[in-house]
This record gives sequence, C-alpha cells and structure tokens, in this order.
Amino acid sequence: MATGTTERPPSPDQPGGVRAPGRAAIKARHLRTDRWWVQPTATVAGLMAFIIYSAWRALINDDYYAAPYVSPFYSPCLGSDCVDMKGGPNFALFGDWWFMSPAAIILVFPLGFRFTCYYYRKSYYRSFWASPPSCAVAEPHKTYTGENRFPLILQNLHRYFFYAALVVAAILTYDAILGFRNSDYEWGHMGLGTLVLWANVVLIWLYTLSCHSCRHIVGGRLRHFSKHPVRYRAWGWVGKLNARHAQLAWASLISVGLADFYVFLLASGAFDDPMLF
Amino acid sequence: MTQVERQQWDVVVVGAGGAGLRAAIEAREQGLRTAVICKSLFGKAHTVMAEGGIAASMGNVNAGDNWQVHFRDTMRGGKFLNSWRMAELHAKESPDRVWELETWGALFDRTGDGKISQRNFGGHEYPRLAHVGDRTGLELIRTLQQKVVALQQEDFKADGDYESRIKVFQECTVTRILKAPDGRVSGVFCYERESGRFFVIEAPSVVLATGGIGKSFKVTSNSWEYTGDGHALALLAGASLINMEFVQFHPTGMVWPPSVKGILVTESVRGDGGVLRNSEGKRFMFDYIPDVFKEKYAQSEDEGDRWYEDPDNNRRPPELLPRDEVARAINSEVKAGRGSPHGGVFLDVSSRLPAEEIKRRLPSMHHQFKELADVDITAEPMEVGPTCHYVMGGVDVDPDTAAAVGVPGLFAAGEVAGGMHGSNRLGGNSLSDLLVFGRRAGLHAAEYARDAGGSGAGRAEVDEEQIAAASAEALRPFSAEAGADAGAAGGEAAGEAGEADGGGARPPENPYTLHQELQQAMNNLVGIIRRDAEMSEALTRLGDLRVRARRAGVEGHRQFNPGWHLALDMRNMLLVSECVARAARERTESRGGHTRDDFPAMDRDWRKQNLVCRLADPAGGALPAADVPDPERGQIRLEKREMPPIRPDLLDLFEKDELVKYLTDEELTA
Amino acid sequence: MTTAPTTGTSTGTGYTARFKVWRGDAEGGGLEDFAVEVNEGEVVLDIIHRLQATQAPDLAVRWNCKAGKCGSCSAEINGRPRLLCMTRMSVFERDETITVTPLRAFPVVRDLVTNVGFNYEKAREVPSFVPPEKLAPGEYRMQQEDVDRSQEFRKCIECFLCQDTCHVVRDHEENKQAFAGPRFLMRVAELDMHPLDAAADEGLDRKTTAQEEHGLGYCNITKCCTEVCPENIKITDNALIPLKERTVDRKYDPLVWLGNKIFRRRE
Repeated sequence: MATGTTERPPSPDQPGGVRAPGRAAIKARHLRTDRWWVQPTATVAGLMAFIIYSAWRALINDDYYAAPYVSPFYSPCLGSDCVDMKGGPNFALFGDWWFMSPAAIILVFPLGFRFTCYYYRKSYYRSFWASPPSCAVAEPHKTYTGENRFPLILQNLHRYFFYAALVVAAILTYDAILGFRNSDYEWGHMGLGTLVLWANVVLIWLYTLSCHSCRHIVGGRLRHFSKHPVRYRAWGWVGKLNARHAQLAWASLISVGLADFYVFLLASGAFDDPMLF
Repeated sequence: MTQVERQQWDVVVVGAGGAGLRAAIEAREQGLRTAVICKSLFGKAHTVMAEGGIAASMGNVNAGDNWQVHFRDTMRGGKFLNSWRMAELHAKESPDRVWELETWGALFDRTGDGKISQRNFGGHEYPRLAHVGDRTGLELIRTLQQKVVALQQEDFKADGDYESRIKVFQECTVTRILKAPDGRVSGVFCYERESGRFFVIEAPSVVLATGGIGKSFKVTSNSWEYTGDGHALALLAGASLINMEFVQFHPTGMVWPPSVKGILVTESVRGDGGVLRNSEGKRFMFDYIPDVFKEKYAQSEDEGDRWYEDPDNNRRPPELLPRDEVARAINSEVKAGRGSPHGGVFLDVSSRLPAEEIKRRLPSMHHQFKELADVDITAEPMEVGPTCHYVMGGVDVDPDTAAAVGVPGLFAAGEVAGGMHGSNRLGGNSLSDLLVFGRRAGLHAAEYARDAGGSGAGRAEVDEEQIAAASAEALRPFSAEAGADAGAAGGEAAGEAGEADGGGARPPENPYTLHQELQQAMNNLVGIIRRDAEMSEALTRLGDLRVRARRAGVEGHRQFNPGWHLALDMRNMLLVSECVARAARERTESRGGHTRDDFPAMDRDWRKQNLVCRLADPAGGALPAADVPDPERGQIRLEKREMPPIRPDLLDLFEKDELVKYLTDEELTA
Repeated sequence: MTTAPTTGTSTGTGYTARFKVWRGDAEGGGLEDFAVEVNEGEVVLDIIHRLQATQAPDLAVRWNCKAGKCGSCSAEINGRPRLLCMTRMSVFERDETITVTPLRAFPVVRDLVTNVGFNYEKAREVPSFVPPEKLAPGEYRMQQEDVDRSQEFRKCIECFLCQDTCHVVRDHEENKQAFAGPRFLMRVAELDMHPLDAAADEGLDRKTTAQEEHGLGYCNITKCCTEVCPENIKITDNALIPLKERTVDRKYDPLVWLGNKIFRRRE
C-alpha cells in the first residue's frame, strides 16, 4: 500500500515527472552528488531491526516479566495466561478465547500511534516506498494519489492513537513506579532496571507529548491564543518538544526495545539486576 | 515589418512595485480596465527590498505624533527643497494608506494593545514606522499582490475571466510611450522578455511607476531593474525631470565580500540601538552633527543611550541623523584612515542587544550576514559603507494628481516621480510615498481616461510610424555589426540597418562592458562627494559611451536574451546619468543628497530652485554618433525654475529660528 | 563611491572552477561545460553573471535582488533546488564540477529560466482574505501572539523552490490540476490562522476546502518543502500538518463535531 501509488509499466513514449515533455531535457532522474541515499537506507535498517526484534519478542510470549519489572511490550497484559505480576498491569479483559501472545493485543496501540505518526510517515514513505526517496530524486512510481484514498486516508485517525498512547504511557509510568520494589515486592528499592524503565517512560512521554496531534489539541486549533493564555503556553511547550519529534521518535523506539531486552535478559536468567538500594 | 499585436486598455501602469500596484488597484476600483506591465515576475519588484517600515503618523506608540510633525520631519529631511504640497498630502494620507493594507490582509507587528507597532527611524521625531520585523517591503508587495488577485477573483466570479479588468503583463518591458499628434498619450510599446515578441497597449492613461536609477552606479543597493526606465520614457515622451542631482547614498551597505558590496543594511539596526564606530572604536557620529540639527540630537553617548528607554526626556543619538549626514560622516572617517579593513566602518549591534533580541528584531539582517558574509551579527560588528540607494529626482508632476507636467495622459508615482522628498528622503517615507501617490496617480489616471472618452471615439490614435520606429530601435542591437551609425535619431531606422554604409569596420560593443564602464564613471565621478571638474569629465565619458552604445551588439535571438535587454536599457541609463551629472554640476551648493567638495555649504538662494531636465533633441533617442564633435553637447537641456512659495499655514508649523537656516530673508518677510 | 577604491583586481585568491550549465529550450538542450574564474566571497549567481559577461552573453537567467529577498533566481545546483544568489561558492570543493540546471518541475523557457505560471494559477485559486464587516480601517486590533503564526508564513518570498521539489507535482505532471503545492497550502493555513479573517461569515470553510479544493490529501508530509525553504519556514510542521489536523477536526473527528454542536462553538 504505502502512498497509494499503483505501478504501471512505464511506456517509453510517455515519460513522466522530471522527464515530462516541455521540461528541461535532462535524462538523469536526479543530479544530486551528495550521499542522499544514506538516510533512507539507515532508516530502513533501523526500522527493520526494530520490527524483526519486536515481532520475535511479541510472538515468543515468554521472558517478559522479571519481578518487579515488566517488559513494555507486554504491559498491560490483557490475556488470561499472563505471568503473575503482583500489583502489575495484568487484567484478563480478553478472557480465555485469546490464544495469541498478549503482546499482540496491546502493541496495536503504540504501533498504530507510531505508524500514523507524522514523523514516521515521512520516514517510511521516503525510505520504504521511495515516494520520494530523497528530495529532488525522482520516485519510481507512475501515479500517485497521496493520502487521499483508502487505506492511507486512515492516517487521519492519528489523534485517536494519540489518546490511546496517553493511556499506554500512563500504564508504563505505573510499571516504572512498581519498579521501586525489589524482587520480593518490598517498596523502597531501586535497581538498574528501575532506571531503565524510567528512562524509557520519560522518552515515551516526551515522544507522545511532542506529537503533532497533541500540539493541535493542546492549542494549535485555536484561532486567538490571546484569549486562552494557559493553552497558549502549553502549545508553546509542546511546540518546543515537537521540533524534536523525530529525535524523540528514534530515542523512544530504541529505549522501548532496550527496556524489553533488559527484562528479557533478567527473565531468561542471563543477567542479574544490580540493586542500587 | 510584421504586424505588432495591439490591445486596448483604459489605464496602463508601468511597474509593479508598491506604487504601480497601488495605482493599478485604484484604477481598477474606479471601474477602469487596467493593465500592469513589469520587467520581473509579479511580486518580485524592488519594493521587496525595503526593510525598515512605512512612515505614518498613526501615533500608536507615541500619541504626540500627528501629520504636522511628520510634515515637519519630511521638510527638514529634504532641507526644505521638497514640494511642500506633496509633503503635506503624504503626511496627511499615509495613516489611511497603512490601515487600508490591514483590510487587505497585511499583518504588521503589534503593540501591547493590539495596534500596529511603530519603530524609530532616522530623522523621524517619534516612533513612526509601521513594520514587520525587517521585511516590511515584502509584506507591502505581497499584500498589494494579493489584493490584485482578490480583485481578479471578483472579476472571475462576475464574468469567468480573471484578467478581464486587471491584468499583469509580467516580464515585459516598455521601451517607448506612444503619443498622438496632438501630444496626448496614446499607449506604450513593449516587448515580452520571454519571447522577444513586440506588442502595443493602447490606452489614454499611462502611469509610470518604474522606480529608480541605481543601476547606473557601481556600488548600489538597487536591483538590475533600476535602469531609470520611467525617467527616460518620460523624457522621451516630452516630460521633464526635476531634482536629478539628488541621489541618496544609504550610509550602510555591505562592503564585503565584493560580490555583495552595496547590498543594504537596514537603518533599523541603528533605530534599534546599533552604533557606528571607527577603527579606533570611537562613536564618531557625535563629531558630525551639523548646526541645523544641533538642538535635536544628543551631545553625549550617555544621553543617546538613555533615549532608547526614555525618548521624552532625552535627545536621540546622532546615528539617527538623516541619511545624507551619516553617509558623509562615514565617507570622511574612511578617508581619514579610520575605516574598517574592507573600507567601511563598523556597525555594532552585538554589544548593544542580547543575541535573542537581535534575531527577533532583525531576522533578515542576521540571515543576510550569516549567509553572505559569514558574519554573526549577534557576536561581532558588521562592516558597512555608503551605497547608492535612491534618487530623489524624477518626473516633474502635479502634486495633487501625479500628472506629468506637459504630457496629457502621463502620470508618475513613487521613486520615478520627483519633488516629494526634496534633496533627501527620510527612511520609511518611501513606502508611504508609494502608497499615497500610487493611489493618487491611479485615481487621476482613471479619471483622465474616463474623460478621454471611455472607449473609442475620444481616444488618441496610435501612430503606425511610431510603432515602426520603436520596433527598429529595439532591434538595432541585433544588426550592430552591419554598420555602426545605421538609423539615426529614433525613427528613421526602420528596416535600414542592413543597407547602412558598412564603412565603419568597428566591431560591435559588448553591452556588459559598456554598462560596467558607465557604473564606474558615475560611481567615481558623480558619486557621494562631487567636484566640478570630475563631473565635466563624467559628461565627456557619457558622451563617449553614448556613441559606443549605438554599436552595442548582441548574440543569439530574441528569446529571453539578457544581453539584448541590457543593450536596450543602456539608452535609459545614459539619459538619466546625464541628467544627474548635468544637474549636479550646475548646483553650486551642498544640500541633502548632493554634496560638493568645491561648494560645501548650503546656500539659501539655491533653496527655492529646481533644476529641470528636458530632452535637447525632441526627435528623441540618441544622436547619430558622427554628429558629436562636442562631447559636452549631450541630450539634455537644463533649466532653472523657481519653486512656489510655501503656504503660510505650513510655514507656521516651524519656529522662526529654524526657518532662517533655510529660507532667504525675502521669503521670511513675505 | 569614494569610500573604498574599487580597483577591480581580484584579491589573488581566485581560481578556475568547472561548471556544467543546462542550455536549451522546450525543444531540447543539454549541459554545456564552462571553465570560469571564481573569486573570494562569490556566490553561484556571480559566476553565472561572469559567464554572461565573458562567454555566453545570451545565457538566460532570472534574478533580481541578489540578496535572497525576492526569490527570482531559483534553480537547481548539483541536483538540489536552491537560490543562485544564496549559494556560496565556498561550499563546494575547488575541483568539484558544479552543475546548474533550471527547475525541473516546471516547463523550461530557455536556459535557466522556467515558466512558473503554475504557481500564479494556484495563487488565484486560494480565496483571498475576507475583511471583517464590522471593523473600519484603523480599528483592527490583533495581539502579537495571534499574528505570529501567519507572519511566519508571510515571510515567504515565493521562490517556488518548495513547489519545485515537491514530488507530488515534480514527479507527477497530472497532479498539477488538483494540488496547490506547499506554498499555497501554506497560504490557506495563513488565512485560516489569521485572527480577523471573516471567510466563515461568507460560508467559506478553509479547513474543508484545503482538502477538497486544494489537494491537501496529496501531501505525504515528506518535508522536502521544508528542507529547501531559503527562508527557513517550517512549512510542514507549522502549516501543512496543522492544516491536516484542522481538516481532521472538520471531516474525520466526530468528537470535535459533537463538541461543537453541544457548546455551539465556532472556532
């Protein structure tokens, strides 16, 4: 799917785009001399690495809890076969009929949030779909309809995923608070895992709040900021974060993977969580 | 020759800058079909370069401001040589013109209570310039452009054609104003830059709004368009120019790197606290306050600095003297060996304002220096020096109607019109001038066109012979090799280029070389400080260039050929350059934008004199090369004319003490 | 001017650069090689002018202010849309061959000059500012924070580099009909954010027409417009995405619709 383009065999007598009749006769699809392909390639590599890793982790349905830490991939755990997490975010909402990994239920929301995110859209439209591969580099597609039609018109649902992402972020915050326990569920302790979870949840919050939909809802939709001073200030803060949305998207993507991996290491017994106090 | 396409319109506006667009909007709103012709793309006119603001005494920041104060400042700035009626109209009407822009969508910077913010500027007693950061000209041009589009949308709704009642002919150049035998304007002859195609627009009213002449000087803030087209067209149509000796050198242009030398550094830098220092670190402007301004300006750095915070109890710093004073002062410092490494002085705002504030108030300056000179103005001083910026002189017009004197149907507004600014223009008065007199020109051109018979019977006929002559003149550069002297004065050249004697084996001249030599001559010999002998030398060189320009040849064909365009523009630049040099040599005093080394003082007897330039040879065009035995004999005839006395109620706005500095005793007692 | 003697000699830091400049017209053309002198502090436009003055007097190029303020000298340098006057020669290696072509999204007229009429047509299709009926000239009151957003968009110098780089029309001629391009979608955003625009009183909803008339849905926010903007306007983040969100308010968000019904808001 991607940008709603449909491939048609190019007909040699009807060149399109930069080689359309009337435009300056230049055969090359682009004349860039810099390494414009580095960024899309790196993006593909980064996103593929995450997709493969997260798919594997989500499907194995194991090693996602090491008291008191829960992997963000499995929180909240809504299946009935979840590992017992004392005080943790497991509610068997979905009952017994759910046969797949509980991660598959909840991951829909953060993944949907990221999939419809304006930054990620830019990223994968460019790198996966080459639409365009880079600025002023001709794209390979014959036609293009953008986000006008199904399915891409669904990108307009981004704000609903944003609302869901707020809930997810709240739950991950709760998980991080539960991290101030030791493996015997006694409060007032802290381990390296606590730091890992907190670092992750802070980045998740920053990424979530820096979202373009959030910026719109908080104040962007207003016409007269002067009549809403509080929302104007909030809009200003979100705007500052929003300027770093791309960096936060990557930082939080990496942190969520690392947090999961850390829990995996603990749960699989490959590593022991160093306690700080 | 081939048939030239003709179109009929009611009003033709030549130029699509602030004045041209404002005139066109007015003429269209008066119900007349209006054509706008401009050399660049629509919306690219030189007005976009204006940075500081639009002067209008709205009194939003200091309630003490009103039209009388603005009028006084304008007259002082122009050293009382202004057309007082124009200065009066300008001061009275500019607030309305600014407010009107808001109803067309302009977004000026705001005051705390939501009004249009106004900033300080050189020569203005109160904060008066409506502005948008330092890109006010862009806002002005875009607003007018969008208003034109709004009118076109109205027309589209009414009759399905965007261009039925107002049309912009972009990238077209007018080379001649056409006239009927009875002397009335009948239309304009143009070529399309893109295709080289000729066409004629028949119209009873023509408004000139072509801007200035800066491209005749080497160091200039003006773009390539500023070749004095309107000035030359008016001359060739039989109108006269006044005050051509007054050329404003803006004190602060970039001096480095060489390729951007002359590009403007806005006066707002000083209005917002920037100071001028020489290589010794001294704020030298305190040494250059002339007697006429002694009471109005701070005498110490402390007082000057306090003024930014408390303007009511302190006097302004001398960095904000009128432009001519500051330009001369910088010139003197550099000559005395106290200049900066690249031959300017230092303009420093970095030590005066926090970096964030500089970026907020002067974003384009920050960007311009960063991108073009690798200088961060928030951290280090700029190097600046005078640059040719504006010509006060222009078409002699009726103050109320903007009608060119002596040519029925011809109007002029903006920089191409003379009189309003006297011997020196205040910053910010240009944009308001464009709006006030652009509107007036459009209004009166529309009224004239309506009276001239609407469409049909009463209109002046376009003369076929004039069209043929104009075509031949425009094509001459393509046949330059065939014979240097083919086709003499203007007309009779039609088709004869090929049959010329061919005896002159002289090679064709490169128009780029000619242009560079002209710029060099004007810059060195008729520049900021002038001497009699140098100006005579300039006139000789101009005569020589004029001869050579007739042999200017171009390669290639008519389609978007810049060499050809320049060859045609040379005629205009040579004409106006001669006006400047001739008038400057005649005026034996120093005043405003005219400084004589050999006559350094202002002379009250010269105050009421205008120097009027007319074409010596009414047949038009350049003289045949062979007929120039006396290089001094040029194309321009000069005459002195007494100005009408200033109306008593306007004189009463000034203190007697001040008037004695400018007016003669007879004028004072009268 | 007498402030600085203009000797006209180069400062000794000059060198010869290799250029490839596209020359031709709608019928055809190609890259031509030039070797040309370059001096300290020069920009690409200076070099093009030197070519005109010394080697190719009829080389067509559009330019005006030479200070990055008018947006006339748009072209593509080494394949990237840029202003000729704001591209300093110092950003290139001395042995690099510099390729200059006209904008490749628009029909070529001659050499570096293209027909940018598309943009003027699109400009006409955006309904203009509608002045509020009750306010006379001089009575407009707007707070700075309310005009900041639109002021950013009004910094636009209409160089049309964003229009040129946008793949929606650059790579798909057929989309020119339906798509206004970043510059004019930004104009819609500017008017929709204008604190006093009274379009709604005339039954014009710019949020809806952005999508339905001006093709906002074609934009896939790949941000090339922002990357090429010489004025550093955040076209995508501050104009296009907010406009998309405003369209969502109108067309895809039942909650907002319900809220507006209940509270009778009209914001």
